[in-house]
Amino acid sequence: DREYNEKFQYASNCIMTSKYNIITFLPVNLFEQFQEVANTYFLFLLILQLIPQISSLSWFTTIVPLALVLSITAVKDATDDYFRHKSDNQVNNRQSQVLIRGSLQNEKWMNVRVGDIIKLENNQFVAADLLLLSSSEPHGLCYIETAELDGETNMKVRQSVSVTSELGDPNNLASFDGEVVCEPPNNKLDRFCGTLYWREKKYTLTNQNMLLRGCVLRNTEACYGLVIFAGPDTKLMQNSGRTKFKRTSIDRLMNTLVLWIFGFLVCMGVILAVGNAVWEREVGSLFQSYLPWDPPVDNFLFSAFLSFWSYVIILNTVVPISLYVSVEVIRLGHSYFINWDQQMFCSQCNTAAEARTTTLNEELGQVEYIFSDKTGTLTQNIMSFNKCSINGQTYGEVTDPLGPQQKKLDFTPFNPLADPDFCFYDDTLLESVKVGDLHTHEFFRVLSLCHTVMSEEKSEGELVYKAQSPDEGALVTAARNFGFVFRSRTPGTITTTEMGQTVTYSLLAILDFNNIRKRMSVIVRSPEGRIRLYCKGADTVLLERLHPCNQELMNITSDHLNEYAADGLRTLALAYRDLSEDEWEAWSESHRCADKATDCREDRLAAAYEEIEQDMMLLGATAIEDKLQEGVPETIAILSLANIKIWVLTGDKQETAVNIGYSCKMLTDDMTEVFIISGHTVQSVRQELRSGGGKKLRCPPPPPHPPPPPPPASPPPASPSPPSNLMDNISGEFALVINGHSLAHALEADMEGEFVSTACACKAVICCRVTPLQKAQVVELIKKHKKAVTLAVGDGANDVSMIKSAHIGVGISGQEGIQAVLASDYSFSQFRFLQRLLLVHGRWSYLRMCRFLCYFFYKNFAFTMVHFWFGFFCGFSAQTVYDQYFITLYNIVYTSLPVLAMGIFDQDVPDQRSLEYPKLYEPGQLNLLFNKREFFICITQGIYTSVVLFFVPYAVFYFYLTVLLPCTKRTPLFSLPVQTLFRIFPNQFHFVGSAQSTLLQPVVWLTIALATAICIVPVLAFRFLKLDLKPQLSDTVRKNKLRQKKRKMVGRNGRLGARSGSRRSGYAFAHQEGFGELITSGKNMRLSSLALATFASKHSSSWIDTLQHSTSMNNGFVND
Amino acid sequence: MMASTYNAKDEDGHITVAGPGGGTLRSRKPENTAFKQQRLPAWQPILTAGTVLPAFFVIGLIFIPIGIGLYVTSNNIKEFEIDYTGVDMSSPCFNCSQNFSWNSTRPCTCSIPFYLDQPYESNVFMYYGLSNFYQNHRRYVKSRDDSQLNGDSEALTKPSKECEPYAFHDNKPIAPCGAIANSMFNDSLELFYNDPNGTKVQIHLMKTGIAWWTDKHVKFRNPGGNNPNLTVAFQGTTKPVNWRKPVYELDSDQENDGFINEDFIVWMRTAALPTFRKLYRIIQKKKDMVLTLPRGNYTLEVVYNYPVRSFEGRKRMILSTISWMGGKNPFLGIAYITVGSVCFFLGVVLLIIHHKYGNRNNSADISN
Repeated sequence: DREYNEKFQYASNCIMTSKYNIITFLPVNLFEQFQEVANTYFLFLLILQLIPQISSLSWFTTIVPLALVLSITAVKDATDDYFRHKSDNQVNNRQSQVLIRGSLQNEKWMNVRVGDIIKLENNQFVAADLLLLSSSEPHGLCYIETAELDGETNMKVRQSVSVTSELGDPNNLASFDGEVVCEPPNNKLDRFCGTLYWREKKYTLTNQNMLLRGCVLRNTEACYGLVIFAGPDTKLMQNSGRTKFKRTSIDRLMNTLVLWIFGFLVCMGVILAVGNAVWEREVGSLFQSYLPWDPPVDNFLFSAFLSFWSYVIILNTVVPISLYVSVEVIRLGHSYFINWDQQMFCSQCNTAAEARTTTLNEELGQVEYIFSDKTGTLTQNIMSFNKCSINGQTYGEVTDPLGPQQKKLDFTPFNPLADPDFCFYDDTLLESVKVGDLHTHEFFRVLSLCHTVMSEEKSEGELVYKAQSPDEGALVTAARNFGFVFRSRTPGTITTTEMGQTVTYSLLAILDFNNIRKRMSVIVRSPEGRIRLYCKGADTVLLERLHPCNQELMNITSDHLNEYAADGLRTLALAYRDLSEDEWEAWSESHRCADKATDCREDRLAAAYEEIEQDMMLLGATAIEDKLQEGVPETIAILSLANIKIWVLTGDKQETAVNIGYSCKMLTDDMTEVFIISGHTVQSVRQELRSGGGKKLRCPPPPPHPPPPPPPASPPPASPSPPSNLMDNISGEFALVINGHSLAHALEADMEGEFVSTACACKAVICCRVTPLQKAQVVELIKKHKKAVTLAVGDGANDVSMIKSAHIGVGISGQEGIQAVLASDYSFSQFRFLQRLLLVHGRWSYLRMCRFLCYFFYKNFAFTMVHFWFGFFCGFSAQTVYDQYFITLYNIVYTSLPVLAMGIFDQDVPDQRSLEYPKLYEPGQLNLLFNKREFFICITQGIYTSVVLFFVPYAVFYFYLTVLLPCTKRTPLFSLPVQTLFRIFPNQFHFVGSAQSTLLQPVVWLTIALATAICIVPVLAFRFLKLDLKPQLSDTVRKNKLRQKKRKMVGRNGRLGARSGSRRSGYAFAHQEGFGELITSGKNMRLSSLALATFASKHSSSWIDTLQHSTSMNNGFVND
Repeated sequence: MMASTYNAKDEDGHITVAGPGGGTLRSRKPENTAFKQQRLPAWQPILTAGTVLPAFFVIGLIFIPIGIGLYVTSNNIKEFEIDYTGVDMSSPCFNCSQNFSWNSTRPCTCSIPFYLDQPYESNVFMYYGLSNFYQNHRRYVKSRDDSQLNGDSEALTKPSKECEPYAFHDNKPIAPCGAIANSMFNDSLELFYNDPNGTKVQIHLMKTGIAWWTDKHVKFRNPGGNNPNLTVAFQGTTKPVNWRKPVYELDSDQENDGFINEDFIVWMRTAALPTFRKLYRIIQKKKDMVLTLPRGNYTLEVVYNYPVRSFEGRKRMILSTISWMGGKNPFLGIAYITVGSVCFFLGVVLLIIHHKYGNRNNSADISN
């Protein structure tokens, strides 16, 4: 029935991600490039230069760089597009089997239409969004892998609507004439709403029935599907929207400065134009016998107008195109350095760090807030079943951690199906299973039945579980080892092996898990015919739904749960409920009703689930250990020394989160107080916030008076610090823990400010039980109120929103798929690499970019302003001082390499130092290295240099006999080729012979030396004074290194004897308390040796001085 | 001991990163090269007192002697300058400067006596100087056709547009075209020595050797190749409006005529500043005489053709000897001495500052 569907003009399945074709490439690409303001500006200049009366420079001075920039970009775009074309073609020409008039025909993907029925085979890509009609597997089930869609590599189940699943073979399907009414195309991957009308009956369609384009069919021989959305309407294509373009603060500053410079340029143009008007009136009019005015320019005002534009052209080199190009090149270089860094390479997962965005590098050096996910980021997301509480009895307790290593339980004699990798140390639990304790059995039965794990049995006894979450996998594996082996499942049954006997339960319903419910249940009918609901879920929700008779058990279990949480374990509570046949019938009817509803179906389903998950009997609780990633506490310690505030945003429960906070050293015992905000109402949250704020108010951040009196209700763990330690105890020593529902209130408009001010005064903030949306809101909040650079790091799909809204998003390529990585700007596999990314690469990038910009603006001002001064001596006629080749090539050839080299390679201190002294990171946060003030300093310096460059030669030549154009001293030394060139283009090479004639004159060299000295000496003196009197930390670090090298030399020379005993054990840099901890940990041996070196030099200053002198005379500088 | 072991570790730290990656799996580990791991050798100057202060003293010590040398050299150069514009009523050229018109056929001459109180040894260079003459004006500078001047026959008959309004005259192309050529300095200056015995001796002035070699042999060439007859070569062109004679009659000497006339070449090299001098003639030292120009009375005879009073310009004649560093230039010597002394002084000041404040500050910083 293609003809019928043609009428609706559905999108064809041909996709086009490419932007251009051969004909449209040039105009479209140029149009896009000229949308950049800079490019348009230069085009405008080019047009100005084509007007002979205005043109002070010939047109090639602009067109050469412009063409270079445009063509590089165009080539880059073209290659990108070529690959897109190639992949489009490849995708569009993939074959698929389409059922046409009762027979299967091979068709290219691009020819597939909406309404076609497609046959898919195992491991094939799905060609379009399909409605699953039938499959080769029983019950119309089929399995798909959605790695391309959401990055998750585990398999998902799709099931066809039961009526269509019977249409097994092509002949039946060919006569299928149902009608599908569904929602319009959208980008929600996990939602689909529609209805199938077939043979006068309605069937609801959900996401469970859909096969989305981009999925791969797995473990299924073949299946048939009806094309619902094709080509650009598919969810895959709908999702491939452009990500938000992120800009760095330096970028924004640079754009502002460029605007200012334009203003400055216009001002200079106006000044010179006025000058021109005056000159033409006073002097030029008299000078007409030798230099008549151009015929169209008959008065001085018009001349001044033209002169304005001429000067705009000449002075445009203050903002050349190469600025933008160089910035991009430098960033690209930094990104490559990140990709190449061996120390951010994880050999276990064989992944190197990857800079997925090249535009954000320098912002890495300015981060003030890190928002971190907990699961998979701070922790490994590897779960091990660690403890459990069954019927009030806790198991898995390691009684004596200091005793001999407990033996790992060996399950194999008891259970041949056990997983050999499973570790458990408490044999009482195994005993209890063997004895046949009913509760224990029921406990593990829940674990083996209530889950959504898929099993794969490659050979007898070799089970592989595919779980949606590692928690679930850990739980099912635990049950397996304790004799309740989950073997296989079908949509209607679950087969297990319970204590060696195979049992098949019929599965009546799965009440699935979601973030709001935080629990899942199954209703099964045992072989004996008993109907039971098994439920597992978060303790808070589950404990509310228990039968009142469980009160006592509940109390005991809650105690256990608290214990577990305190150990940093993840907990789940398990419960069951017996259902009578009538109850089940009644509920199943209401459930079906809710299921069929087209509007608010999900709400209704939730209500139906709620209805039956009541009056449950508590079985116990499980505790799963969540292992910390390598090096997390150290990383957090170093980052907080670098004055970076770390907020943990997690979906976990409060106790777990707080505990992880302690184990990561985010929260420490000597913190003055940890505020916990967990109010459920606006008022309580406000009050809690206020009280927290109030306590801090009593102790203003830099307290000149004693520390706050410890609140009587909760005395701080550490004894009140003595006044001498006061400085160690300032502002930072508070922590805030806030709950998801409290956060919802705190994020409301009227409390926002209060929340931010309280939270920012705290050293550590932990938000627990937050939804992905709230994570993003918190990030936005800080962005809005603090104007600080934020970095979000996470690994899971729930972190994507946070990663996208933060200034910098970092994805950990870990266990939870690659969705976060796809959304991120930087990705690597270990949280600890973050310290290197920020403290080393970020710091360097920031430093290099700042120095690059300073240098760039300096050199261009020094170069261009000479024309301004010359204007006063050439009748404001916009005559250039330099040769036009020099002007053309100045930025793109003569000076590009030095600035680029500095921008890419410069290191002020080596990488180990910046990790040793995290305080070195601070200038970036405070934006000290490049701001408006620094900019003005550069500009002033540039103008000073231009004055020297112009007036020194001016003075020399004023008195000097042979009159030379000052520019000649800069013309390149290629006389022979120039002469040849001159013979070819006599009009273009005016400067022939200048080099030979001028460079032979000693005066020229003397002038160069003089000008250089005058330019450099004041700067040198100023920098030296700054360094000597107010050294920056990085300078001191460098100096110390120098000293250290000297000391090394001293040691070699055997002159070390002069060290007299010093009682002080000071550190070279005690800018920060808590540093000692690092040092005592043994990692900082070098630091203490540094300190010793300092003492040696201090106590024997006389000889060290002489030594210093002699060595500095000998080697001058130290090789780094 | 500790320091040295630490340093060894410091340097090896990077290199001892784990060996080859996991077996059969292709390792994506980045290469361990100095470039990729950012360990390229580098030189990092640190501005310590030990390096900066000596640098200041060294600069001072180098610059001051150079400056003194330059100053002495410059002072030994003899220079004489005379303004012959004729602004004053008393000036001999006053008349010429007053009643001037470009078309006057009869040249106006005036002679100016002057006294050289010092004898000039070795070669003496004679310059003319103009003031308030904007040879560096943009429209002026570009008003020339280098192709034409290079002997291109096509450009000879079709001068570039840049030459406007001096490209065509009476529908004939101007050779050489443009405002620069049109405004060529055409006063002729002659120098006479008034012998104490009353006779006037004309001093021989060399016309050649005043232009750059490259200009004379590369940049400027007559049209028509090696055709010795310039009149034919310049057929069909007309002289610049202000000129009295066509370009092929600038000199009788074949090697100094047409576009390669050195006076013309010197004029065509435009000056950078509105007050400038251009080399006019060279007075070569005669072999048998000790002095090129003995002390005594001289007369400068000027054929006054070049009007400058309309734009308040000045015309000067300069006689000067030169040294290894060129002509008289007191500025360079003084500037060197000044910069050298300032450096030295700064060095002392910085030393004091460093000694008084810097040291204490530094040690405090570190021992804290």
